[in-house]
Amino acid sequence: MGYGLDFGWLAGATGAIARGAATTILLIVVTTLAGTFLSILGAAGRRNGPVLLKRVIGVYVEVMRNTPFLVQLFFIFFGLPSIGIRLDPILAAMLAMTLNMAAYTIEIVGAGLDAVPRGQTEAALALGLRPRQVFVKIVLPQALKVIYPALTSQIIIMMLESAVVSQIAVRELTYEADMLQARTFRAFETYLVVTMVYLILSMGLRRLLVAGGRRVLGAGVS
Amino acid sequence: MIEFTFWDILRNLLLAARWTVLLSLAAFVGGGVVGMIVLFFRIAKNKWSRRIASGYIALFQGTPLLMQLFLMFFGLPMLGLRIEPWTAAALGLTFFASAYLAEIWRSGVDALPRGQWDAGASLGLHYLQELRLIILPQAFSITRAPTVGFLVQLIKSTALTSIIGFEELVRTSNAINNATFEPFKVYGLVALIFFAMCFPLTQYARSLERRAAAQ
Repeated sequence: MGYGLDFGWLAGATGAIARGAATTILLIVVTTLAGTFLSILGAAGRRNGPVLLKRVIGVYVEVMRNTPFLVQLFFIFFGLPSIGIRLDPILAAMLAMTLNMAAYTIEIVGAGLDAVPRGQTEAALALGLRPRQVFVKIVLPQALKVIYPALTSQIIIMMLESAVVSQIAVRELTYEADMLQARTFRAFETYLVVTMVYLILSMGLRRLLVAGGRRVLGAGVS
Repeated sequence: MIEFTFWDILRNLLLAARWTVLLSLAAFVGGGVVGMIVLFFRIAKNKWSRRIASGYIALFQGTPLLMQLFLMFFGLPMLGLRIEPWTAAALGLTFFASAYLAEIWRSGVDALPRGQWDAGASLGLHYLQELRLIILPQAFSITRAPTVGFLVQLIKSTALTSIIGFEELVRTSNAINNATFEPFKVYGLVALIFFAMCFPLTQYARSLERRAAAQ
């Protein structure tokens, strides 16, 4: 075989790779914040809301968990305009990622809420806190501490899954890789380099989340 | 221009879904076989063997499946094999599945009390016999729920092979959508077909989990 690996193109490509990585990071930051917020609302609603709301959340979770992310993305980006909702690629990507992540984290957050002993709520109510204060100040912080490792894993899975949004022309890391390989004709090397960038991102993100968790939620978080 | 009725669309999607099922099965079986090999390395007594297996698992769990598929698709021809979406898809998903299955089963092996190994050794079994007769059957049985859960993830992951040109459900739906301009209906149906495949398995995994918790 007369095919050798060639990384000569790499010098001129670092800018594009860095820009793509920055967009990937932006996507995952927005998704993490919006998805966690949504899943706290969802988990609380599933436990304490009216019956109809519980049903709706239940159906939402099952539908999102049992269909591929790629199909959800296409449905949001190509399907919604036909009922008059037109979104930018990057907004569609953020929406799809957030909705997808929330379906998984609703169950995670829910498990955390269940893990907080009932006595905590009773004690807080006895001290005269209002129900909302009890949830935000007493139950939620304890729940988040329990579920933090699971949440971390889900965030990293979502970051890796975000490679797919290149398919609706969001200019993130994979999209930049597609562009680069079309220009350099060095497909294997391009994807190899970008795969390593993803590996570094996911390892770095895990470290950052563990360190951040220790700091905010206290010791014992892994 | 050809007119597509609702039934035409559904029929074509269901025909394409056969390939999704076939690919899922091939990847699950292939991933199971390779995953067993990775598991052997992962729980071996040799430190380096364990490290290599951990590295393999971390590599596949730390990079996007889409990148793994691209590397298969563009890397296989460099080894002198012909580019074929089916081969790249099946091999890519096999390696992906092997890493996850090995890790799931490893957690089962780790969950067994040390006494199981000791009891096996005291009966005069050697290492492979211990694994085959005592450790692995128990490890598989306690990890049945996550294994089925992973099968659901694998079925959903086959959607990505449409991007490297494998003619399965999503790729067919893209073609149909380009002809009919009815993305809402087409992708809605695709989601429904995936749901019909995955939901029963999810429920099955849940019932296994409950049964395990009850024991």
